[in-house]
Parts: sequence; C-alpha cells; structure tokens
Amino acid sequence: MSRHLVTLSVNGQPMKQEVEARTLLVHFIRENLGLTGTHIGCDTTSCGACTILLDGKPVKSCTLFAVQAEGASIETIEGVAQDGTLHPLQEGFWEKHGLQCGFCTPGMIMCAKAYLAKNPRPKDSEIRQAISGNLCRCTGYNKIVEAIQYAADKLQASEGKGG
Amino acid sequence: MIPAPFDYHKARSVDDAIALLDKHGEDGKLLAGGQSLIPAMRFRLATPATLIDISHLSAHKYIKEKDGHLAIGALTHEMALEESSLVTQSYRLLADTAKVIADPLVRNRATVGGNLAHADPANDHPATMLAYGAELVARGPKGERTIPIDGFFTGLFESVLEKNEILIEIRIPKPKKGSGGAYLKLERKVGDYATSAVAVNLVLSGDTIQEARIGLTNVSSVPMRAKNAEQALSGKKLSDETLEAAGRAAAAECDPSADLRGSVEYKRDVTRVLTQRAVRRAVERAKGGQS
Repeated sequence: MSRHLVTLSVNGQPMKQEVEARTLLVHFIRENLGLTGTHIGCDTTSCGACTILLDGKPVKSCTLFAVQAEGASIETIEGVAQDGTLHPLQEGFWEKHGLQCGFCTPGMIMCAKAYLAKNPRPKDSEIRQAISGNLCRCTGYNKIVEAIQYAADKLQASEGKGG
Repeated sequence: MIPAPFDYHKARSVDDAIALLDKHGEDGKLLAGGQSLIPAMRFRLATPATLIDISHLSAHKYIKEKDGHLAIGALTHEMALEESSLVTQSYRLLADTAKVIADPLVRNRATVGGNLAHADPANDHPATMLAYGAELVARGPKGERTIPIDGFFTGLFESVLEKNEILIEIRIPKPKKGSGGAYLKLERKVGDYATSAVAVNLVLSGDTIQEARIGLTNVSSVPMRAKNAEQALSGKKLSDETLEAAGRAAAAECDPSADLRGSVEYKRDVTRVLTQRAVRRAVERAKGGQS
C-alpha cells in the first residue's frame, strides 16, 4: 500500500497533500479538502453527481484516483461563482428552477460549464446529449435544459459586450 | 466504497510499464482510463496488488491515417473519436460506436485500447473492430507484434495479450471504394451495456454487396462475428429477402444469456432487427447517404 505526495491546483489554489494510492479523487476533494459541494450519488460511475473539471474536461471524480491528479488543475462547484457573484449557470438554475432536491446540481453545472465552453450555442438536443451522464431524479430534465440555455444566452450576451 | 489497498506506479513510458509488468507478474495490473477497472476495484471484484498507471502517456494518444490504415493510439480517449473530423467523415461505423459508449463523462477518460484489451463482450469496440477487420499492435519485452482482431479475443475478459504485453495501437484498414458502415445499439438507458448491438461494414459494387463483415455486442461470451449473416449478404443485392435472411442468420448464430435486459429469445430478436437496420444504413452510406 503506497502513499504519494500530490501537488495540484484546486479552483486556482495550489495544494500539496499526501494520499494513500487507493484514495478516490472524490474522497480527496470532500474529506481532505473539505469541499463537500462535489457529491457522491451512486458509487458505480453512473450518476455524475461527482463531476468535476480535470484540466477543463468534465469527469467523474469517483472513477479516478487522487494520485492521478498529480500536476492537474481541477475545478469544483465551489470555484464557479466569482467574488460572490453567481455564474450564469448558477443563476440559470435559480431562475429556471433547474433543481428540486439539488443533489445532482453541482455535477450538472460542472458538466454544462465544460460543454458551453465547447459549444456556446447548443441546441436543446445537444444539451441533453451532453448531460446524459448526469442523472436527475426530480426535474425530468426540461428545467435543467432551460437553465443551461439561459446561461448560454447570458454568456453570449456578455461575450458580445466584450465582457 | 473504497478499493482494497494497492501499490501505485506511474509509468514513465510504455517500455517502463512493460518492465514493471514483467517485475510484478500476476500482481500487476495496467491502469489506462480506469472506467471499467476502478468500478470493479470499488466493488472489490478486482483487487490488484500493484497498479501501473499509463493513462498520462500522451505519446500514445493520436488518430491519424498512415500506410493504408487509420492508426489510433491505444490511450486515445473515446471523446477524441467523436471530435475527430477524420473519423466522423470517413469511419462512420467507428463514429457511431464512439457516441454510444457509456456516457460523455466516461468517454473523457475511457480509452479505445482499454475498451478492447478488457476483452469484455459487452464493450462496443470489439464488435466494431471485428467488423472493420482491424489489427492490434502489442508491445512486450521482445518487441512489437501485430495481431489480427479475429484472433484476439479468446474468452470472457481474455485475449491473446501476454501478461507483460501492452496494446499500443489499433489499425483500421482505409475504407475501400463503395464501402459503408453503421453501428446500432439498443440500450435501456445511456451508460448501460447493450441489450444487443450490431456493427456492419460492407463494400458495394453497383447494387451488389461484394463483401460484408458483421460484429455483435453482448450476445455471446466472447466478442463474435456473425459469419452466417455475412454469408447471407455476400454477392446479393439489397432486398427485403436478403435483409430477412441476414437478420435471421445473426439471430440464430448469436448466443445471448438471459439477464435484466431481457430473455434469450428477446435478445435474438433484437439482434435480428438491428442487423437488418444496420445493413440497410451501411448500404445507404455506401451509396453516399448522409444519414
């Protein structure tokens, strides 16, 4: 059983911690770093509640060892709002009622954030494809798609203004 | 759930990983994308004593045409296939397959080589690569060898790869003139394994199907070709009768097990229908159709 020193960036902050090889990234984020916005839903690589961005790509942090994040830059839901201002996606989920119990929301937002960076003007069907690895048991997804479209519009508008 | 303890080694190169595999023997296990292995470790279905991580070896992540084939580095992420215009334009069967493997989050980590080396008949690439007649390049202590896909799979989760060999490249022959392919999968939901899925790759000459190769997913204990269905198409024009014969042949020669996804009879019938539809789509594409 080996232990390893892991150096990585979390929401822009450099971190250095020793971990057991078998520590899953999601446990590292929640328990070592105390960032409990990243959720554990299924433990079977099914639900996407643990989605984080690893070097900008959305991945299931329950299906990666913390030691594998050596040198990486990771972003969690805690890093999405800037200076107390909600990100357009967070605002969209609020405005469009994109959540009920809220358990899937952090994963949904992280997945959507990466997807809008790749495809800023998505069709509804493309959003549905993009979030197909994130399960929601409350909303029936319609409101989530609306929330993501709200964010796409808002991000486009601020882009237009040079912001 | 927390995996059993293990020692972790981050390989510096494929050759380093081969040396580590050689050293650790039966205790060593390669970690590529980890999207099958880590879930199995969480359930403690897999308890390797030593993990040899190769996931970061970027020299083995590429998609390029060379020497008459499409070469895919074994550590290429599934998502890269979807994002490759070369794949989406010229390798439609592969593009179809890439879009239905697990889910988009998993496809950001999962690797093409891992999907094949795991030798799971429920995985999607085995059927697709059987239909393409792909070749796999493996490297071991004694150098590299090329393995035709038809001889690669030997059992459930078993292949001809030696314990100290690593799959490094997948080679798909460049499509011949008049060829078309398609992959059709029935799954209960995104992320589930196939109830059944059918990979078709064929070559048309005028209206006649000159040759066809068909691979089947999750309807046998070893990834398989539907050779009788291929025979039923060979030299024939596309007609309802030809499709019916090919579908019936595939349904008869597959060997599914009953599980939560359905009974044996149901899976055979799904295989029959998917075979017909996939052949029809492959023919349309061979004629230049964009569907």
